[in-house]
Order: sequence, then structure tokens, then C-alpha cells
Amino acid sequence: MKWTRRDVIKGLGGIPILGAVWWAGASNAVSKNRERTAILEQLNIQPSLPSAVKEISGEPVRVGIIGFGIRGEQLCRAMGFATKEWLDEMEQAAKEDPNHSRLKDFKNQDKLNIKLTAVCDVYDVRAERVINSFSTEDTKVIRFKTHEDMIRSGKVDAVIIATPDHWHAPMAIDALENGIHAYVEKPMTHTVEETYRLKEAAEKSKAVLMVGHQHRQTLSFQTAQDIVSKGVLGHVSLVQTNTNRNDDNGAWNYHIEDEATPETIDWDLFLGSAPKIPFNKNHFFRWRKWWTYGSGLSGDLLTHDYDRLNCVLQMGIPNSVSASGGIYTHNDGRNVPDVLQVNMEFPDFSTGSSQEKGKEKGMTFVYSATLGNGFSRPTILMGHDATMELGNRLTVWPDSRSTKYAEMIESGKMKPSVPVYSYNPGASVPDAVSSATSQYFADKGLMWTYINGARVDSTFLHLREWLSATRNGGKVSCGINEGFDEAISAHMAGLSVKLGRRIDWDAAAQRIVSIEGVDFDEVLLSSL
Amino acid sequence: MTETKSKWQLKHTIVLLRVLIGWHFLYEGVIKLYNPDWTSFGYLATAQGPLEPLFLAIAKEPFIGWADTLNWLALMFVGITFLLGIFEKKGALVGILLLALYYLAHPPFPWLQQVNVEGSYWFINKNLIELVACMVIYQFPTGQYFGISNLFNKNKEQTKTETL
Repeated sequence: MKWTRRDVIKGLGGIPILGAVWWAGASNAVSKNRERTAILEQLNIQPSLPSAVKEISGEPVRVGIIGFGIRGEQLCRAMGFATKEWLDEMEQAAKEDPNHSRLKDFKNQDKLNIKLTAVCDVYDVRAERVINSFSTEDTKVIRFKTHEDMIRSGKVDAVIIATPDHWHAPMAIDALENGIHAYVEKPMTHTVEETYRLKEAAEKSKAVLMVGHQHRQTLSFQTAQDIVSKGVLGHVSLVQTNTNRNDDNGAWNYHIEDEATPETIDWDLFLGSAPKIPFNKNHFFRWRKWWTYGSGLSGDLLTHDYDRLNCVLQMGIPNSVSASGGIYTHNDGRNVPDVLQVNMEFPDFSTGSSQEKGKEKGMTFVYSATLGNGFSRPTILMGHDATMELGNRLTVWPDSRSTKYAEMIESGKMKPSVPVYSYNPGASVPDAVSSATSQYFADKGLMWTYINGARVDSTFLHLREWLSATRNGGKVSCGINEGFDEAISAHMAGLSVKLGRRIDWDAAAQRIVSIEGVDFDEVLLSSL
Repeated sequence: MTETKSKWQLKHTIVLLRVLIGWHFLYEGVIKLYNPDWTSFGYLATAQGPLEPLFLAIAKEPFIGWADTLNWLALMFVGITFLLGIFEKKGALVGILLLALYYLAHPPFPWLQQVNVEGSYWFINKNLIELVACMVIYQFPTGQYFGISNLFNKNKEQTKTETL
């Protein structure tokens, strides 16, 4: 075969093009990797893995549920007990929309070695729902009239308290004093005084107390702790958290059931320590709207945001709290504010500094809430060197005036508009330099807490940790110390908005600084 | 004569098309090959449309590792065959298959939410157009004119006359 020069050029002409494209692709990818690695090395963040929880070995833990309202039902579901009504509803929803995965997620949830043995609810309909749905051939769920009866019955090892706020502490204290483990919903307490009594009871008891801040199980929060402790953000001077809701359910106007009558509800038992008033369905189903039974935004929602940040920063109780607000979106007879702004001051707190010693110290935590707008404002931690958006996923942006990253920003290796770190527990690898794509994946809500690729309900993890600790011992993620911080901070916010003045904390004495002529608990429980 | 000239122009255009598609595929493949953290997980996990369950299944272990490797291998195979002008019909088939999968994973159907796309599409997007371009390459192989196939073509003269 004879080849002309023309043949060779035509035959092999593709080779230099191939070489050029290959070289361009390889050098581009390698230099990007090098930049990524340099940034990751500088940040030195280790995405956390779920902590191992010991199995609940031996006989099943016998659990009693106190309060089977909206939250009580969710907690039971997280333990593997769903009502027939819910299962039917979810099956229907899955038929209509194949993407509806709640039933599938529920069925995939690991089974806990527990038995639901007892229920206590003042409302017959709810108590019967538990008995009918959760009784098995071996274990018939027993209904107890009062929590005292249940705790002393010998039929339960642990109780879950999902009642209105004014019942939280009395029930938790009684359980702990009788050696019964307790899981109590937030806010941990309803008054300042009972916060101290519950702390004492928890410290004396061998039983395990867990406060229901399930977000402590979210993997991104554990990674956020690592980010903050390694000084990635530098000195954080401002934290902003928010609640934005714009619907009846979000404003605590829950459904009022027709079956609820003085015959089906033990009204006096519901009231407990609250002032005696005639039977009132509105108060029974929508108790969060009155200070007598609930604590509005400061107890219901600020507590979540405060504890989320206390989990990441461990900043403890603020030196002072100033709050203001009013009833501006749902003037329907409620007496708790529906718009609330809380400023918590931490003048001695620091997450570390990249500047000269002594220049930076102190932080303000701002909680801003409205029940009249649903625009999603993210939680932001604002540091001298970087800003972190904290949610199910994490994103960190360098600050254009950062001291720590000045060189990298100057040389163009970091850009203030481009995140330097994006953590997405749903993806298989952390993304060092986020692209529009990963930003989108994150926004799409793929970012549930994932364990080995399976989406997991954080309430399930929280309950499992508590139940495991009742058998195996060990520290729980939200015990009495975390609960104490949460309760005191929330009460300070409630007191501040009601008194219209700053409330101070005496850290040495571990007391709220008293105000002459003011009984704090009286203020917290009062209607105004 | 006019017909011969237009065929000559068509052939050059197809060679150009082949080189450009090969360039695109090869670059995509090389970028993935040299990035150890690259994964198709996000792309697959957010799939929409009729084949969503299939893509979601591939996004899980143990298939995701295979999907990642096969993806860059296939991309580079198409790129190399198109640029070198050898086995280009096989390359075109692989390209068609790959582009069909990309199209079906995120189809531009009006009832699906279009996310992370840089243009506006209604049923037809660039993946589908590139797929059809691969069909053209399959039907009009030009490796014997510009490519390694040219060197091994025993009936060069005849082919030249015929194809021209």
C-alpha cells in the first residue's frame, strides 16, 4: 500500500486535535482539583458520620405515651407505631402520587426493640385511637387516667410527654423521681421555678431525661460544629435565625374536632394548674395561643432555633435578652405574640479570631419571627472570615474582607461570591467548591439526614438515642443541661416581651437577675 | 457537476460535525476521568420523567460506581472514534445511546419542572439534537475521507469516485 503525504495528513489529522482536547481537559481538571484541595486543606473540615448507637438489647423497653395530639402521634410514628387512619391516608396519597414516599420511609425505618404498653390522654377519642391502633395480641395498650397512675403502674419503663407546656415539668419530675425515663417535648418547662426543680430531679435520678430537640441528630449540625470549632468562620459576631409561617396551622389554629365535648374530655385534668375556666374547645385544641398553657413563639419555635445554635456553638445562656413583638397577624383572641423579635447578647462569647488578640469578642443572636409571611429566610452565622448558611445542608462563603483568606482571595483562588464549602449529607461526596448544580441539588431538598443512602427521620434518631441510653447508659444529645439552657433562654425572652424591658442573667449565681416587685413566674403565666 | 460539488461540501460539513461532536464528547470524558470526586449521583438522583425509577435505582450502590465509570468510558470512546475517524459507526451508536439516556433522565417536557438548564426548551433540547447529529454520523461515515480509516482503505480510488 502506498501512502501519499495527503493520505497521511487526512488519515492522522485527528490525532493532534485529540491530543489538544485531551491536554486541555486534563490540565483544566487537574488545576481545578488542585484549587479544591488547597481550599479543603485550608478549611480542614471533616464531614461527620452518624454516631453509632448501641442496640436496645434484652427485653423490649415498655413505653407509655402521655398526650396523643399532633406531636404525640408523630412521636409514636417515629417509634414505629402509626395509626390505621394515617396508614390508609398515606397509602391513598402514594397511589395518587408515586413520589409520595412517607409510607415507604415509615416502612423502611429500623424497628426498635420496644413495646407501646400504655396511654394517658384526657380526650377519649385520642386514647381510644392509641388502644385500637397499637394493641397487639401480646400487648394490649392500657389507658391510665393520670400520669401518676401510669408512672406507678409498673407497666412502663419510659414515658413520652407530648402535652401542653404547663404539664411538661410536673410529669417529667414525677417520672424521674420514680425512676421512669422521660422524653419531654420542648419547651422543657413552662415557668422559671419548675426549670430548677426539673434540673434537680434529673440530676438525682438514675432515669434518663431527653428533651425533644430532634434536630441535634441532623448530620449537617454536627458538621457545622466542626466548621465553627476549626475557626473556618473566624469570629462570629451575629447569628440570625427566623420563623416564617403564613398559614392557619402554622399559627396554631389547629382543627377542632366535633367529637370533643365535656363528656369526652376530662377538662379539669387538662387545666391542671391553670386557672379554672369553663370547658372551652378552642383552648383545648389551640392551647399554644395562650400563655396559661403554652408560650407562643418563644416557647414553641424560638426554642428550636436557640437549641440548634446552642448545639453548634455551645454558647449557653445569654447575658441579657431584649424582646419585642405583638399580635399583628392573627388577632383572634390569642394572647401570645404572633410577631416576635428577640435579641440575645453574649458579650463574652467568641468562636475564635483571625485578627489581633482582644479586637474581637462577643456575639448577638437574633431571632426574628412572623406568622404572617412565609418567605424562607435562612439561618446565617456571620463571621469575620466567612458566612455560613445553616440548614439541612450547609454552605460557607468566604468574606471579601476576611483576614484569614486574604491571600487566597487576592490570588483569585477564593471568590466571595462562590461558596468554599457545601455540605450535603444526601450526596456521596462533599462538594468543596459548589457549582450551580450542587446548589440546585441542595435546594431541592435532597438533603434530608441520610444514613447509608436512606432518608431518615431525625425524630426517630433522637428517640432511638434516648431509648438506647435507657438500656445502655451513656450521654444523650439533649439532656438536662441543654434543656436548662433552652428553657431559661426562652423564659427570658418571654419575660422581656411581656415586661417590655431587658432581662439579665447572673451566670455566677445561675439565676435570672431579679427585678424588684416582679414575680417572674406570675408574669410568664399572666395573660398580658 | 453541481451534484458532485454539493456532495463534496456535504462531506466536508459532516467531517466538521464529526470532529466537533468528538471534541465535545472527549472533553466531557477527560474532565470526569481526571476528577476523582466526580459522580453522576446528583444528576441521576434528581432524574424526572417516565424512567425516573430506573435512574434512581442506578444512583444507589453498587450501580453508581459502574454508572460513573461507564459514563466517562463511553464519552471518551465516542470522542476518540469521532476524532480519529475509526470505528465511528460504533462510536455513533454509543453516542446515541448515551444521549438518549441523558435526554430521558431530564426530559424537557412542559409538565416537568425544568431545573438547572441554561435555555428554554419544549420537548426538544440540545441533547436530542446532538443525538440526531450522531445518527447522521452513523449513516455517513467519513473516516475514510478524514481519519485513520483512510490509511487502511484498500479501494481508495474507487471509494473516492463513488462517494464523491
